[in-house]
Amino acid sequence: MRSKGALYRDHGVVLRTYKLGEADRIIVIATEHNGKVRAVAKGVRKTRSKFGSRLEPMSHVALQLYQGRELDIVTQAETVDHFRAIREDLDRYGHAASMLEAVDQMAMEREDNPRLYRMLLGALRSLAADDSPLVVAGFYWKLLAQEGFRPELDVCVGCGEDADLVAFDLHEGGTLCRVCRSGFPLSAGALDLLRRILGGQLAGALAEPRSAATHEVDQLATRAMEHHIERRLKSVGMLDRG
Amino acid sequence: MSVYTGAVQDLIDELGRLPGVGPKSAQRIAFHLLKIPTVDAVRLARAITEAKERVTFCERCFNLAEGTLCGICSDDRREPHVLCVVEESRDIVAVERTREYRGRYHVLQGAISPIEGIGPDQLKVKELLARIDPEGVTEVILCTNPNIEGEATAMYLGRLLSPLGLTVTRIASGLPVGGDLEYADELTLGRALEGRRSFDS
Repeated sequence: MRSKGALYRDHGVVLRTYKLGEADRIIVIATEHNGKVRAVAKGVRKTRSKFGSRLEPMSHVALQLYQGRELDIVTQAETVDHFRAIREDLDRYGHAASMLEAVDQMAMEREDNPRLYRMLLGALRSLAADDSPLVVAGFYWKLLAQEGFRPELDVCVGCGEDADLVAFDLHEGGTLCRVCRSGFPLSAGALDLLRRILGGQLAGALAEPRSAATHEVDQLATRAMEHHIERRLKSVGMLDRG
Repeated sequence: MSVYTGAVQDLIDELGRLPGVGPKSAQRIAFHLLKIPTVDAVRLARAITEAKERVTFCERCFNLAEGTLCGICSDDRREPHVLCVVEESRDIVAVERTREYRGRYHVLQGAISPIEGIGPDQLKVKELLARIDPEGVTEVILCTNPNIEGEATAMYLGRLLSPLGLTVTRIASGLPVGGDLEYADELTLGRALEGRRSFDS
């Protein structure tokens, strides 16, 4: 662990910000090499701040930070990508907010997790390129799988039967057959999408048009994520139309 | 651990609840108040009570007001058909200082922030929509902060208001007067370039 008072550099994605005092903000960043970092950005709320828009949520930045005892201090920030396509589209912004909130909940402070960082970046890039109905669900399932919650999708977790899988139970950790069923009902189309997302065919699944099955997978992903982090996700569905 | 007598400790505790005032500052202010003449301290107390009693939110625009309507809504010289939508009452003061705007306002009392769980329902959006027809509003200026929450709020309102057949505008983003180009961030400079104007207009 680095001692207090040292400067260090890292890349990161800004997850969220809190107002601090008159013109400052606390910035929560998912960094590549230092895990989740909380840092003070002094004077960012002033119109003439040197940081400008660089430290807004969702920005991918290269930072120089000063290590403090509890909070670090941002001394320099350079934009790598500001994901303008997401920022200027309300639906995409809503989806990005759901992803950032989940990462904020899952990431551990100062615990190196480069895979989490790279997954978030990848998800934001694919969201910027195309607003797929499964982009949030795909990200959630991948994130859960990486954290060790990889559901069983090929056989019934109750009896081992591999046909007629009709339900999904978060407590049991996977699919269930008609006899053992508990949890949520699961359609064949949704099961197929889940298998593709977790079986290395994410790109193909993301290209699927919106349907009842994508909606089902999306709902299930939110429930699984909430189950894992043991709290509600505030941002999910808030900006959805209808 | 309270080493002060009841009343002094109560005063320190109350002051310590104010934004930006820590325990040490609270102590300093408390001792200052105890030292100054009684009339001065009473004047402060009275100012607080009176402000709390008299100031409410304007029924029409949700700005701070003494009475049912705020100073701007009850001013007949203001242009009634243009509405400037802002996040907080403080923003009205900022816009007023420009002396460029002669219409009325609408205060949302916040901005959309999904991560904090603040959606359109927590803001004065319904109240804004209810003003459009009765007041004959022809233009709405979306004057929310140019940060991610403010932009999301502006996009949401734009989507809601555009179909109503009125002019919906968003305040421009650009470089602050007196600043240096080399320190401008990419997003701001990008928007400044996008929104450039022809020189002879």
